[in-house]
Amino acid sequence: MSQAPLLSVRDLRVGFATEGGVVQAVDGVSFDLRPGEVLAIVGESGSGKSVTAQTIIGLTRANNARIEGSVKLDGEELTEASDAEMRLLRGEKVAMVFQDPMTSFNPVYRIGDQIVEAIRAHRPDTSKQQGKARVVELFEAVGIPKAEQRVDDYPHEFSGGMRQRAMIAMALALEPEVLIADEPTTALDVTIQAQILDLLEQLNRERNLATILITHDLGVVAEVADRVLVMYAGKVVEQGTLDEIFYDPQHPYTWGLLGSLTRIDRPRPHRLPQIAGQPPSLLDLPEGCPFRPRCPHEFGKCSEYPGLDARLSEEPDHRDRCWLTPEEKREKRQVEGQIGLEAPR
Amino acid sequence: MTRFIVRRLVGMVAVLFAVSVIVFVVFMVLPKQNPAQSLAGKNATPLLVKNIEAEWGFDDSLPQQYLTMMKKVFTGELIQYEPRIPVDDRIVEGIPATFSLAIGAALIWLFFGLLLGYLSAIRAGGWLDRILTGFSIAGISIPVFFLGPVLIYFFSNKFEIFPNGQYVPFSEDPTEWLKHLILPWFTLAVLSIGFYSRVLRSNMLDVMNEDYVRTARAKGLSERQVMTRHVLRNSLIPVITLFGLDFGATIAGTAIITEAIFSIDGVGNYAAEAVAKFELPPIMGVALYGAFFVVLLNTIVDVVYAYLDPRVRLGESASE
Amino acid sequence: MSEEATAERGPWALALRRFFRNRLAVAFLGVFVLIVVFVLAAPLWANHVADTGPNQEHTVEQITVDGEKKDVVSPEGKPIGPQWFGADGKFFLGADSRLGRDEMVRLMYGGRTSLLVGISAALIATFLAIVLGLMAGYFRGWVDSFIARMLDVIWSLPVFLIGLSVGIALAVGGLKIGPLELSSGSLWNPILIISIFTVPYIARPIRGEVLALSEKEFVEAAIAQGASPLRVMFGEILPNLASTVIVFFTLMIANSMLFEAGLSFLGAGVQPPNSSWGTMITVGVDLLRIQPLLAILPGLMITLTVLSLNIVGDALRDALDPRGKARMDAALQFEAQAGTVSTEAGAARS
Repeated sequence: MSQAPLLSVRDLRVGFATEGGVVQAVDGVSFDLRPGEVLAIVGESGSGKSVTAQTIIGLTRANNARIEGSVKLDGEELTEASDAEMRLLRGEKVAMVFQDPMTSFNPVYRIGDQIVEAIRAHRPDTSKQQGKARVVELFEAVGIPKAEQRVDDYPHEFSGGMRQRAMIAMALALEPEVLIADEPTTALDVTIQAQILDLLEQLNRERNLATILITHDLGVVAEVADRVLVMYAGKVVEQGTLDEIFYDPQHPYTWGLLGSLTRIDRPRPHRLPQIAGQPPSLLDLPEGCPFRPRCPHEFGKCSEYPGLDARLSEEPDHRDRCWLTPEEKREKRQVEGQIGLEAPR
Repeated sequence: MTRFIVRRLVGMVAVLFAVSVIVFVVFMVLPKQNPAQSLAGKNATPLLVKNIEAEWGFDDSLPQQYLTMMKKVFTGELIQYEPRIPVDDRIVEGIPATFSLAIGAALIWLFFGLLLGYLSAIRAGGWLDRILTGFSIAGISIPVFFLGPVLIYFFSNKFEIFPNGQYVPFSEDPTEWLKHLILPWFTLAVLSIGFYSRVLRSNMLDVMNEDYVRTARAKGLSERQVMTRHVLRNSLIPVITLFGLDFGATIAGTAIITEAIFSIDGVGNYAAEAVAKFELPPIMGVALYGAFFVVLLNTIVDVVYAYLDPRVRLGESASE
Repeated sequence: MSEEATAERGPWALALRRFFRNRLAVAFLGVFVLIVVFVLAAPLWANHVADTGPNQEHTVEQITVDGEKKDVVSPEGKPIGPQWFGADGKFFLGADSRLGRDEMVRLMYGGRTSLLVGISAALIATFLAIVLGLMAGYFRGWVDSFIARMLDVIWSLPVFLIGLSVGIALAVGGLKIGPLELSSGSLWNPILIISIFTVPYIARPIRGEVLALSEKEFVEAAIAQGASPLRVMFGEILPNLASTVIVFFTLMIANSMLFEAGLSFLGAGVQPPNSSWGTMITVGVDLLRIQPLLAILPGLMITLTVLSLNIVGDALRDALDPRGKARMDAALQFEAQAGTVSTEAGAARS
């Protein structure tokens, strides 16, 4: 863990100009990713987690987008890289797996051809046969049976789980250093979800593949992540190791996420309700802590937004943005005998 | 796939049947005037009207009348009465001119329409896009009966660059054939150029938001590869469907006005002249001929569509 | 967000503001208004300036232009060209043919016919489309599939050719269905033909939208509260169709006017004594060599009208469907964010 970070993000800010004003989708996110590490970024839709991930590989570059801060991969600054340089890096050094395997393959081309296309984009002298052989190899690595035949299938002939395996195979095609998985299991059945997570974990272990896992589901995080970032309304509200986040969560929003999980490690499996209310519109954020309107523990000081600070001396890398004292937190997060967020008053 | 084609063919026959019934109702049932009088033409003698009445069996029941009409159509006995010429002879004579006009115009509109639409889409929001969008909206607003006279006036009356119409068969003189067709081709194509560039542009902008385009970028394809292999390729599928329909509609109708303006002796001009003289048999004949091409092209389009989009092709055979 | 704030900037006000920000569209809305004023002023010009009617012939007359006598129609049959105000506004644009009718007067009256037919046909088609769409959404099942199939069949017909056939059949023989009787020269003939054959253009999107709307939560909520299906259709779904209907109605007027001009140009649309811009082109084309304006002017009027309607229609669509606009801005990853924003707007509206 003492290795130099492979990917280092500092104070990343991504804003989009819209008719209604500037939407600050990502607002000052920082983290490091080391080889072999799995970092989970957790949050509701609109929290900025996907935009963060896509900005790393330059997919959010657009006329109306404003990107500030720094993204360094192997010491190279990516926010200043040209579009052509970014293109060479995508798939080659950083690969991405998307949420919905149903729509992430082009329906009119064979899956095998689409993966060969990815290989040939970076290795133009690869022949079709070589490419196909590589795809078969990859299919076998990600557990797609009858790989020889399936390379010639069209996306709609694959089941959802198989398609996600094929997506992962495509991401692995050029042996990238970083894999970004954006909600890789959200669109899948529960049983398939577990299989895909196992696969990701296995790849991470076998290939020492640094992974960023984007999800709204802390249950997914529990299985594979080393470290966790919790995002809300474009900002990181809590970050720490998996154990710190699960056993000593500091931010009420994290409590809410944990409380709405089904947990079998509790004597009485019980699910608290989802966090009440809607995430705020990014065009019309409340003053101070943006979670304030949904937070039952809100008090006067919350009209000021706290920094992302380490508030526990024994956990120096565990940071959060909540004004409550650690003692208050320990007491308030106990709801019906487990960690959770009580309904707002 | 065979099953798919058979189903489309059955559908094609059904639509043709519907068209023939519409034609029958429109010409024989709806008008207040005695249909024999209408068929005979404006200056017909009472004797001719009487003969036509007997020939077409207007005393019979409606289904019987329909059968009589269809029998005439299929046996080539649908004739115009002054002078007596079988309608299908005239239609066959007109086909080379009509097809020369329609195919040339279609190639022009496809080429320019797709080119402008593509450029507009990849520069969406920029100044080129604005200019092209302006061009295309002007294009879809310029009807052939405005553009045709303007082009004739400038290019053949004022500056005698092109002849002002007429048709010279390709077999007679290919250069003249081309010279005579250039103005009509562009006249007929401009509206569709505007339309196709708009359609392609908006399809491409929709497709650009598809997840698989993001995937294509994420795997490191160049912007050009993303645009041509993924965005353009997928945006073309609906355009091709549209093209089949429009090409059919051009042969079976839209070309009529252009042919009339440029005095091109095609099927359309035949119909236009019949309209001017209020002669019904040629119009019935041309309507059925036109319907045949439209429906045939619809069917071809469906099959091509299925070929281009594997979801349709394989989905149909798998689910049924 | 307080309720007052949303009421102040309701979706309609926002759309209107967006529309008026589009200067090109506003300019062309002005052009359209001018055209409407132009055709409405027809009787004024005819009675007070030109002193003639649209069908009044001046075959052997002479007019005084700047103190000089001129034939309205020359002995060779050539009609007089534009006189502007040379003859106090008489034959402002010249005469139309060897019949010596005043072109300006005809252009104004012809425009009345063209706009009247275009707007009426678009109104009828839109009305039919709403009825069909609501019926499809209300009855579902076989009614819906029947309507959808019918629209598909009309869609796949050679519409112009069949319209032409019907037009000519009616122009020859008139129409008689039970009590409904139309004479062969009635303006209702082209209006009905155009409206019936253009119904699918607007009915298909409306049906789609009705079906989509009836899945929405606010409709389900209304049903759960015991609203009758009829009430749901008219009270909940119909108002939400408004933006689609407005946009398509604008475009349908343009479309219908082109259809009418095409039919009339060939002689299967508007019949004498009425005339429209389409029939005027037919007259003008014969004289293209000697008086090109006679064919070009009515064509230009149609083009201008259609162009302004198309531009206004496009701008209305952009103004009423900001998500579509947002898409056009090619903000790639913005979708997810825009999603939350516009759902909020939707929630505020309902």
